[in-house]
Amino acid sequence: MSWFKRIKTGITTSTVEKKETPEGLWFKCPSCKNIMTTTEHELQSYVCVTCNYHSRIGSEEYFKVLFDDNDFEELNPELESADPLKFTDTKAYTDRLVATMEKTQLKDAIRTAIGNIDEQNCVIACMDFSFIGGSMGSVVGEKIARSIDYCVANKTPLLIISKSGGARMMEAAYSLMQMAKTSAKLTQLAAAGIPYISLMTDPTTGGVTASFSMLGDLNIAEPEALIGFAGPRVVKETIGKDLPKGFQTAEFVLEHGFLDLIVDRRQLKPTISKLLKLFAN
Amino acid sequence: MILLDFEKPIAELQEQIEKAKQIGEKTKVDISGTVTELEKRIETVRTDLFANLTPWQKVQISRHPERPYTLNYINAICGDSFVEFHGDRTVKDDKAIVGGFGSIDGQTVMIIGHQKGHNTKTRQLRNFGMANPEGYRKALRLMKLAEKFNKPVVTLIDTPGAFPGLEAEERGQAEAIARNLFEMAKLRVPIICIIIGEGASGGALGIGIGDKVLMLEYTWYSVISPESCSSILWRSWDFKEKAAECLHLTADDMLHQKLIDGIIKEPFGGAHNDPDMMFKTVKEVIIKHLAKLTPMDADKRIEKRINKFCDMGVVKELEPKS
Ligand SMILES: [Zn+2]
Repeated sequence: MSWFKRIKTGITTSTVEKKETPEGLWFKCPSCKNIMTTTEHELQSYVCVTCNYHSRIGSEEYFKVLFDDNDFEELNPELESADPLKFTDTKAYTDRLVATMEKTQLKDAIRTAIGNIDEQNCVIACMDFSFIGGSMGSVVGEKIARSIDYCVANKTPLLIISKSGGARMMEAAYSLMQMAKTSAKLTQLAAAGIPYISLMTDPTTGGVTASFSMLGDLNIAEPEALIGFAGPRVVKETIGKDLPKGFQTAEFVLEHGFLDLIVDRRQLKPTISKLLKLFAN
Repeated sequence: MILLDFEKPIAELQEQIEKAKQIGEKTKVDISGTVTELEKRIETVRTDLFANLTPWQKVQISRHPERPYTLNYINAICGDSFVEFHGDRTVKDDKAIVGGFGSIDGQTVMIIGHQKGHNTKTRQLRNFGMANPEGYRKALRLMKLAEKFNKPVVTLIDTPGAFPGLEAEERGQAEAIARNLFEMAKLRVPIICIIIGEGASGGALGIGIGDKVLMLEYTWYSVISPESCSSILWRSWDFKEKAAECLHLTADDMLHQKLIDGIIKEPFGGAHNDPDMMFKTVKEVIIKHLAKLTPMDADKRIEKRINKFCDMGVVKELEPKS
């Protein structure tokens, strides 16, 4: 036990989640403050073994969690955001894009890929919150549209993993119209009789919720994920009082009838696999 | 007529006319020449102002308190033929969205729109044109009714946004809007959408998927209001003029970006300056587009509608690395 205590003191003095120690990498749960090795954390699909806290993860991790042997082919990886409005607020949009791409090593707020989930073909479109808050601009809309084309052409089911603060303001009305575009495109997937599962993760708010995220044949979510149209701060300002406990959590949204089920991330792959099988047979 | 802040030079000239008239009455001096001169100046100033409107000034006109709202249009265009239908059949009747059957030139049309109020009491009743999920679900119910009886749909858009309230979240504001986008994309009857005032974000788009999406000359349409954009991106309310420019939200901008299909000219000085003229123009535009849309094959019309929205957006496509 002595080694454990020693590490623990080392960890608590740090403010970051991960810290290199002589014994390796450690993860400290931001919710219950418990620690585990990063290897163990990864094995648990980035969920805390003590309190079930689901860490925010990106497309890289979701692909690892879901695709067999982390084997997949990315669709349209070369798409990047343009700057059609030459948008500049406190910073030029183009500079923001370059800086974000460098920092995240991502091209935009979504990656789309085809691979197997328990030997069943599936396209996964997964959003990355680290890219400008997972905001939906033209690239997100276009990649989803092309994924749907792929699914229709190849009769492949679609899973979209949402994680977004909403619209990409720097693309203004172009961003707004991605709601129309993705929803219109989903009518073609529906007409082809191909299943679409929407997984909402923390957070799923704004324009994505009010378009493709809520349009799944099945709407599922991770525990305690924030899901809503307006952000909690805006709702609080509107009603002028504190929000009830658990407002806009996945559990709240399920109770109000807008989710089919809530899935612990450690059960995500077996659940998706089971659902794909039920749709297929 | 209520004048907006940028119309102040006009107000000053009007004041001068009033003063001249008062002096004329008191002194029995003929001031008609002065008045005519001042009235001419007003026209010049107004022409100048309206030829060089900034995006923010257009936003202000779109919100002019005397601007006609949806029911004004419906009553003028459909007259006595209009029958309003209420309720979403699930929760309640949302007063921020109105709709019903009406006749335009003998053709029955389902006409639906956001409704704002003209005074404190009706503004509250209409929730300032901010619909709850029930509003969007009522709109969809009416569109489905139109589809069943093969009647075209016309929507009039004028909202500062979908209502961001607690009950709205509980009853699935996001789902209601998403469902409308999905269902409108494949509705089997012609749809014409006209932005008559404010086109704010998902709340506007929720009744905004059409074969023809048109904007009145002095309206705006974007993902966020200039004020909210200013507060989020500049962390201050003081950049609304700048935000209005950056968002490229005017009718001209939207047409240029190929995000709408056309612009409807307003009477000089804006719709509120000559509402009858505005109603007449809108009615003619609806008749003109319905004449073109109605004979089309439904599947072709839907395909064209979907493809139009799928073409929206600008991306950079780099050569794939070999
Ligand atoms: Zn924990």
